[in-house]
Amino acid sequence: MKSSVIVFPGSNCDRDVAVSLEQLTGHAPAMVWHGDAEVPDCDLIVLPGGFSYGDYLRSGAMAAHSPIMSDIVAKARSGVAVLGICNGFQVLTETQLLPGILMRNASLKFICRDVTLRVERDDTIFTNRYRKGDVIKIPVAHHDGNFFSDDETIRALEDEGRIVLRYCDADGEASGDANPNGSRANIAGILDQSGRILGLMPHPERLADEALGGTDGAPMFRSLLEALH
Amino acid sequence: MKARIKITLKSGVLDPQGKAIANALGALGFAGVDGVRQGKYIELELSESDPKRAEAEVTAMCEQLLANTVIENYQFELEPA
Repeated sequence: MKSSVIVFPGSNCDRDVAVSLEQLTGHAPAMVWHGDAEVPDCDLIVLPGGFSYGDYLRSGAMAAHSPIMSDIVAKARSGVAVLGICNGFQVLTETQLLPGILMRNASLKFICRDVTLRVERDDTIFTNRYRKGDVIKIPVAHHDGNFFSDDETIRALEDEGRIVLRYCDADGEASGDANPNGSRANIAGILDQSGRILGLMPHPERLADEALGGTDGAPMFRSLLEALH
Repeated sequence: MKARIKITLKSGVLDPQGKAIANALGALGFAGVDGVRQGKYIELELSESDPKRAEAEVTAMCEQLLANTVIENYQFELEPA
């Protein structure tokens, strides 16, 4: 499985996710500068976490117009898998590869802590190594993670089973109290219509090695290896 | 030509920052603020001098970058240099 990690000015999880990819898929990703015109041939493109362009204007808004993005959009449309983590999710909504937008957290506070998530699907290329209903622990670190879109879009996401991860309590209940940021429908991660693009606010790469205190993020990378070889 | 652009949240979109501002105004003793919605204001200096072309250009800028029309509305005024 060949992967590429896009590096924007202000990305800060690019090397973390590269380590996870290398450890868990056995292949080091290509690190691709945002100013490049083309992503090398690969099976997976990762848009990492961070604060691309200092979150100017809106989180992800400037990065969405980086030179590399037109090739990413073209490759995504032709079926290359895309994983957007945190700022990467924000970039994907700004490019409209994913619907909605990540707004300022309802608490207005930057949230940096472990959250519990319910895995809603185990038949996607990103989650086949989890089981449906699994409650997993993965950290979030964001100021703008409050997923918003209109009722119609939320309904479509629900009906089409495109909500892959929801914030939940320890018992797997997607309650209001378990929602860290005000996200509609407790959305932590969603798929596009093709099922080949996932955006999520939590950071699986930050809990994918025993040395980090947990490995609940590791199955996401193993899932991708399983699906993309 | 100058463009003065106002970007505001669509009605129905929660505005936690506006709410926090309303709370802070209340705490300062300003009674009678029934609601606060906050937005962005952007000024552009344009080399274009034809109002029609400037309007089309600024509209495209708002649609493609300056506003996110999932949650925001925009309006602007053009002012001759």
